[in-house]
Amino acid sequence: MANANPTATHETLVHDAHDVHEHHDLPQLRHHFETEEQQREAGSFGMWLFLLTEIMFFGGLFMAYLLYRNWYYPAFATASNQLNVPLGTINTAILISSGFFMALGVWAAEVRKKNVLVLMLVLTTVFGYAFLNVKYFEYKEKWEKHHIPGATFDISEFVNPPIDAKTGKPTEEPLAPDMAQKTQLFFFLYFAMTGMHALHMIIGLVLLLWLIYRANRGEFTEGYVAPIENFGLYWHFVDIVWLFLFPLLYLINRHPLK
Amino acid sequence: MAHSIQSNIHTDKHDPVNVTNPEHAEHHIVSPMQYVMVYLTLLVFTGITVGAAFIDMGALNPVIALAIASIKMVIVLLFFMHAKYQSRLIKMTIGSGFFIFLVLVTMTLTDYMSRAWGRW
Repeated sequence: MANANPTATHETLVHDAHDVHEHHDLPQLRHHFETEEQQREAGSFGMWLFLLTEIMFFGGLFMAYLLYRNWYYPAFATASNQLNVPLGTINTAILISSGFFMALGVWAAEVRKKNVLVLMLVLTTVFGYAFLNVKYFEYKEKWEKHHIPGATFDISEFVNPPIDAKTGKPTEEPLAPDMAQKTQLFFFLYFAMTGMHALHMIIGLVLLLWLIYRANRGEFTEGYVAPIENFGLYWHFVDIVWLFLFPLLYLINRHPLK
Repeated sequence: MAHSIQSNIHTDKHDPVNVTNPEHAEHHIVSPMQYVMVYLTLLVFTGITVGAAFIDMGALNPVIALAIASIKMVIVLLFFMHAKYQSRLIKMTIGSGFFIFLVLVTMTLTDYMSRAWGRW
C-alpha cells in the first residue's frame, strides 16, 4: 500500500535523510542530489577531476622540459641565468600571498562574513594582477634582448659573453654556436610554460571579478560556498604550477664559472 | 512490512561505519591562524630554495630544488586545498592523478634513456 507510488517513497526517503541531518534546503540544492553534503562532494570531486586533466596538461610541458634540459644542459643553464631571480622571487611571494588571501576568502564564506569575503577576493585579484604585471616587465626585457625564439633570436651574447669590468673574465661560460642555438629551446619552454600559467591566471582573474560581484550580493555567505571553494582549488592549483616553474626555470645554475 | 524494508534501506544509506560515503565527509573549516602558519611556511621555503640555488651542490641542486617545491606543493594541497579534510574518495582521486602522472613520466623516460646511448 505504501509502495503503490514509487515516487512518493523516494520523496519520503529524501525527507527522512534531511531530518537526520537537521538541514534546511538551500535554494541552490539541485533536485538530483539527496543532501547538500552530497552535492558539495560531487562538486569537489568534479573540480578535482578537472584539475587532474590540468596536471596532465602541464605535466606534458614539464616532461618536455625534463628531456631537453638533460640533452642541452649547458644551453639551459646559460639561458636560465638570463632570468631575473629577484623578480622571480618577488613574484613567488606575490603569488603565495594571493593564494593565502584566497584561502582566507574560503574561510570567510564558510563563517558567513560577507564583507571579509569580498575584501579577500579583491586582495586575491590585486595580488594576481601584480604577478602578471611583474611578468609583463620580464617578458618585455626578453623582447628587448632578442631572446624570443624565432627569426630575430640573438645568440651572440651566449657565444661571446660580456666581459666583467672588474675581473676581466667573461660573466658566463661561452657556448659553442650549435649549443647556443639550443638556448632557443629553453626560452621556448619558458614562454610556453609561464605563458600557459599566465593564461590560467588571466582566466582566474576574470572569474574572480564575477565572483566578487556575486559575493557582494551575498550569494556565497548564506551557506552556499561551493563556487568559492572550487574556484579556490583552481587558484591554488595554478599556484602549485608556479611553485615548480620558479626553481626549474630561474634557479638551474646560479653559481656559474666555478 | 513495506515500511520496514524502506527503513532498512534508509539505515544502509547512512551507515556511520561507511566512511567512504561522501555524505559522511566531515565539513572542516580551517582556521585563519592555520592559514597564516601555512603562508609563513611557504614564504620561508621560498627563501630556502633561492638560498640553496646559490650554493654549489652539484647534482644535488636540482634534487633539493624539486624536494622543496614538492614540500610546498603538499602543504598547499593539504591545507589551502583542504585535501587533509576531504573524504577518501577525493583523497584517492588526488593521489591517483599524481600516480598516473609519475607512471607516464617514468615510462617516457625509460624509452628515451634506452635510446641514443652516449648522445645524451
